[in-house]
Amino acid sequence: MYGNDFSAEDTAGGGLLGEVEAAEAALREAAARGRRGAPGPDQDLAAYFAEVVEADQKIEPRDWMPEAYRKTLIRQIAQHAHSEIIGMQPEGNWISRAPSLKRKAILLAKVQDEAGHGLYLYAAAETLGISRDELVDMLLNGRQKYSSIFNYPTLTWADVGAIGWLVDGAAIVNQVPLCRCSYGPYARAMIRVCKEESFHQRQGYEILHTLAHGTPGQKAMAQDAVNRWWYPSLAMFGPPDTDSTHSAQSMAWKIKRFSNDELRQRFVDMCVGQAEVLGVTIPDPALRWNDERQSYDYTQPDYDELMRVIKGEGPCNRQRMEHRRRAHAEGAWVRDAATAYAAKQAAKREKVAA
Amino acid sequence: MKGPFDFTLGLADDALVAAQRLAEWSTRAPEMEEDIALSNIALDQLGAARLLLTYAGELEGAGRDEDALAFGRDDREFRNCLLVELPNGDFAVTMAKLLLLSAYQLPLYTALAACADERLAAIGGKARKESAYHLDHSSLWVKRLGDGTEESHRRMQAAVDEMWPYTHELFAADPAAPVDPATLRPDFDAVVSAVLDEATLTRPETTWAPAGGRDGVHTEHLSFLLAEMQVLHRAHPGARW
Repeated sequence: MYGNDFSAEDTAGGGLLGEVEAAEAALREAAARGRRGAPGPDQDLAAYFAEVVEADQKIEPRDWMPEAYRKTLIRQIAQHAHSEIIGMQPEGNWISRAPSLKRKAILLAKVQDEAGHGLYLYAAAETLGISRDELVDMLLNGRQKYSSIFNYPTLTWADVGAIGWLVDGAAIVNQVPLCRCSYGPYARAMIRVCKEESFHQRQGYEILHTLAHGTPGQKAMAQDAVNRWWYPSLAMFGPPDTDSTHSAQSMAWKIKRFSNDELRQRFVDMCVGQAEVLGVTIPDPALRWNDERQSYDYTQPDYDELMRVIKGEGPCNRQRMEHRRRAHAEGAWVRDAATAYAAKQAAKREKVAA
Repeated sequence: MKGPFDFTLGLADDALVAAQRLAEWSTRAPEMEEDIALSNIALDQLGAARLLLTYAGELEGAGRDEDALAFGRDDREFRNCLLVELPNGDFAVTMAKLLLLSAYQLPLYTALAACADERLAAIGGKARKESAYHLDHSSLWVKRLGDGTEESHRRMQAAVDEMWPYTHELFAADPAAPVDPATLRPDFDAVVSAVLDEATLTRPETTWAPAGGRDGVHTEHLSFLLAEMQVLHRAHPGARW
């Protein structure tokens, strides 16, 4: 899962599972249409790139691409991968205490899926000519960010449900348009990720539903979690459009397709009905239907808080980074051993062959 | 002599406590691929535990389901072997524990798959395939660490030395059980010896053979593990999750 709250200049998107499938169909169609062969020796590479993007076909790893396009994608895909890896921590926090064996199994599998998404996305970034080790270093030394939502703590079991419903829900709204991203490996990765995320979202929704229809203590737990996660989830879409320095460039390159505010509105509209079914209250007294706009009016999240969390002053920034650095450092001797063992085995094979 | 309930509960608790320990590695593994692999193995153990606990509850006939057995018993009522409840230690200790556990569970589940009890036979048939993977995975790591760097060799040997005494409890004779654990020892010894030899590791010479898990007399560690695992469930008596 992942948001659009890293910095003022990132991505967005919006939609649901049907849109993922439509994007997948479009991808297959574009592949079947084929591309108009490689550019000729005299052809302008930049013009050729623009034509492929314009025709809604995919840029592939070996194609020429503008350096800024490559850099934008590396940053975006890497930040997404980092978010998956750091995002394992807040939910992983409850694996050992999950209240039933079935919930334990589901949560363990979910956190495992996030590790899988991380690896898949690092592999997509590697197609752009950078290694996973370099990207992991940039995460560990703070040069690249991850989604700020993961800097909030999971204080009760209901937080696991709220993350599934709201955080995964926001992530899906953000990511579905990325299934149509002009860069082929990223678009394909997003199709796969979105399908699994929608499964996670349903699981979170179900946890909250059970709590909200449970004992008074469970109901209170569910409402408390929604109260704490609602506004940070809205902030996942990034700063308002008026402040967003996101480039028209990302739109022109067909990396980004909707503005932050468009996606945020889509998310709010989606959640209102779901909250009613759940039996929880969205903590916004100003939330009401606007007939003219055919959308809900709502209170904006505290963007100053978002900026503070991005800057490193959220409740858990230090804890999350320390956790990841420690796992990396404590695993160094194991990785070294695996490398040494592989070298010894290769030497043995050579000796046998000689 | 113990009945089928105790026998089944012992296997269930081995798997449950092993799953709880392995899941502690989530977000902490030495590499991301290993994070996924350890979660996989934890999920396999948890899956086997759920089947076994459910069946144990039916054998008991007192209306306890998997959650009542997992979350409602104190440490003195758990029947797992001591090996699985020991703390994870470093990655070498975890791999030593997993090697020894899976080299025991594989012949156990294989024998169970052919036993007269249909339910246990079905569970054994499913779980043995998973155990074979656990044994492969841990064997490979024990070899890598044993025959890797000087530091990894030192750590891996220390881990084997530390865990080895806890293997004896696994094979205590129980002739009336659907599978007598004592009959599994030769297979276990052959498999583990081959892995340790290839890993340039030795078995420690010691007569110490800690035991008691099957009778509910555990190490000090189990109570803490259960306190964490059971805290939420116990805080809301009668709640559904």
